[in-house]
Amino acid sequence: MDITEVPVSQDNKGKKKKNKTPKKKRVSEEGNGAGGGVEKKEEKMEQSEQAAAAFPPTFSVSEIKNKQRRHLMFMKFKQEKRKQKMQLKKKKKKEREALGDKAPPKEVPKTIENQRVYDETTVNPEDEEVAFDEGTDEFSSYFNGLTNPKVLITTSDRPRGRTVRFCEQLATVIPNAHVYYRRGLALKRVVPQCIARNFTYVVVINEDRKVPNGLVLCHLPDGPTAHFKVSSVRLRKEMKRRGKEPTEHSPEVILNNFSTRLGHSIGRLFAALFPQDPQFVGRQVATFHNQRDFVFFRFHRYIFKNEKKVGIQELGPRFTLKLRSLQKGTFDSKFGEYEWVLKRHENDACRRKFQL
Amino acid sequence: MQHDDVIWDIIGNKQFCSYKVKTKSQNFCRNEYNITGLCNRSSCPLANSQYATIREEKGQCFLYMKVIERAAFPAKMWEKVKLSKNYEKALEQIDENLIYWPRFIRHKCKQRFTKITQYLIRMRKLVLKRQRKLVPLSRKVERREKRKEEKALIAAQLDNAIEKELLERLKQGTYGDIYNFPVHAFDRALEQQDEESEEEEEEEEEEEDDEDVGKTEFVAEDEVEESDLSDFEEMNKLRTSSDEEEQESSEEEEEEEEEEEMEVETKASRSKGKSPANGSAARKKRAYVEIEYEQETEPTPKSRATS
Repeated sequence: MDITEVPVSQDNKGKKKKNKTPKKKRVSEEGNGAGGGVEKKEEKMEQSEQAAAAFPPTFSVSEIKNKQRRHLMFMKFKQEKRKQKMQLKKKKKKEREALGDKAPPKEVPKTIENQRVYDETTVNPEDEEVAFDEGTDEFSSYFNGLTNPKVLITTSDRPRGRTVRFCEQLATVIPNAHVYYRRGLALKRVVPQCIARNFTYVVVINEDRKVPNGLVLCHLPDGPTAHFKVSSVRLRKEMKRRGKEPTEHSPEVILNNFSTRLGHSIGRLFAALFPQDPQFVGRQVATFHNQRDFVFFRFHRYIFKNEKKVGIQELGPRFTLKLRSLQKGTFDSKFGEYEWVLKRHENDACRRKFQL
Repeated sequence: MQHDDVIWDIIGNKQFCSYKVKTKSQNFCRNEYNITGLCNRSSCPLANSQYATIREEKGQCFLYMKVIERAAFPAKMWEKVKLSKNYEKALEQIDENLIYWPRFIRHKCKQRFTKITQYLIRMRKLVLKRQRKLVPLSRKVERREKRKEEKALIAAQLDNAIEKELLERLKQGTYGDIYNFPVHAFDRALEQQDEESEEEEEEEEEEEDDEDVGKTEFVAEDEVEESDLSDFEEMNKLRTSSDEEEQESSEEEEEEEEEEEMEVETKASRSKGKSPANGSAARKKRAYVEIEYEQETEPTPKSRATS
């Protein structure tokens, strides 16, 4: 009689209350093997714990057809696992404390940077070949202090507000930069004019749907041309807790993580945008940080509070670049010789392999 | 027999014409042979047994004529005349072919021909100008890239990296005398850093030992180089002359200096960290720390193995 009464009352409850409480009772019934008839809610917790103890059975959670019940079982399963993990951790910690100094060293967690596939083009700092190359490549005149950078910033046709403002802000960040409107000119004709006027760099910001999304960086007297994809552009007014306008002082440059040969050339490309001697008085620093093939650009003002602490305040726009192609010579998309082109399939195959 | 009025009665107003496109204000005719494109009594090619149009194929304009005598032969109904590429000559040709035809058709033909030549000219001009190439974005790829970028941003820990770099540059002395932090504090700061302390003391002792051993060859270099870390100002003078933002050039110069330094103080310091990643030349005492702090030096052991 009890057995027959139970399902009826359970069903009624299930229909009246659409929350999980009656179903938990059902679950605990399963676990207990109908150990309780109509259970009160206070007993539910104990029941569920008992159910958890009796839980690890041979059936997998996915065999339950009822979605809500399956979900419940899965949650329980997860809780179990978590508990076990915590217990394991505690045990390990105790062991470690017990051993004291003799404890084995802590395991270093695996990160993508740790697991990165070793790239054979990684530049060894003492590599003579690289040093020689750098002494004779297109940037050598800059790095030897002969030329000063002069940058021309422009956009694609008909730029919209955001892109225009981005250009203006870039021009304040890069000293000796001039913004010109494109007005439908062909880049191939712009480039010789710029060379004639002693520009060292042409920066073209491509726009799509009112938002900048591409950047072509062309080093001028027959220098390499790099094409980047631009993402996450934050203009100055969108920055939280930002400082005042950047001043006219030349900023310092920080280049992080450009380890391969390709990364090296890109790093030099960025470095040559800024004048060789930074004015430390200005206390401004532009950072190009490469992480997993994304180059993050930030512009900060720093102040040394004491010899161990420095405070930085972000001014200036921030954006992310991803290199799409590097081409020898000035801009020529059809007949230019490409040193490197982003091929998605190369990187998709191995997630631990990066180019820069 | 060809009853134009009857045909127009049927398709024009009452019943269905498959070429007719109705809009709120106007009716259009989709028939290829229609001269004006509107659905009118005088423009309908089906409801007029004597009709003419201009059509263009691959940049060439043709005059098509239909007369009632050929109404029984649908395959031969339209007579096609090739018009010359010269605008005036073509107009004369139209006039000559459509002589004695109704004024309306002649006028509309010439209008259509003018329009066609104008758009052909525009097409030819556009090809010469810069053409916008539309590159399709794959949504899946874009989404994936966005996520990767977010993860990379988190992994980058930019603020920490920048601060660390700036502090290292300060310690290196790139800033010269601008910041007047007391030198003892510097020493203390150095010693307080975790694994450096013992090594530094060891190295200092070793330095003194080396000097005691008395490599007199290097005395001259001693004037140039300082063995005492505490003597910061001289170091600064040295570094400021060579250290620039562009680490490569500075590295080349500093390589020489540091080779000298290395000869003076033997052991541990290897010139590591020449990559722009580390941002500056290797510091003598801090070689070990670099391994710890900087992720990018991890490949160097492998590179040494290969080289």
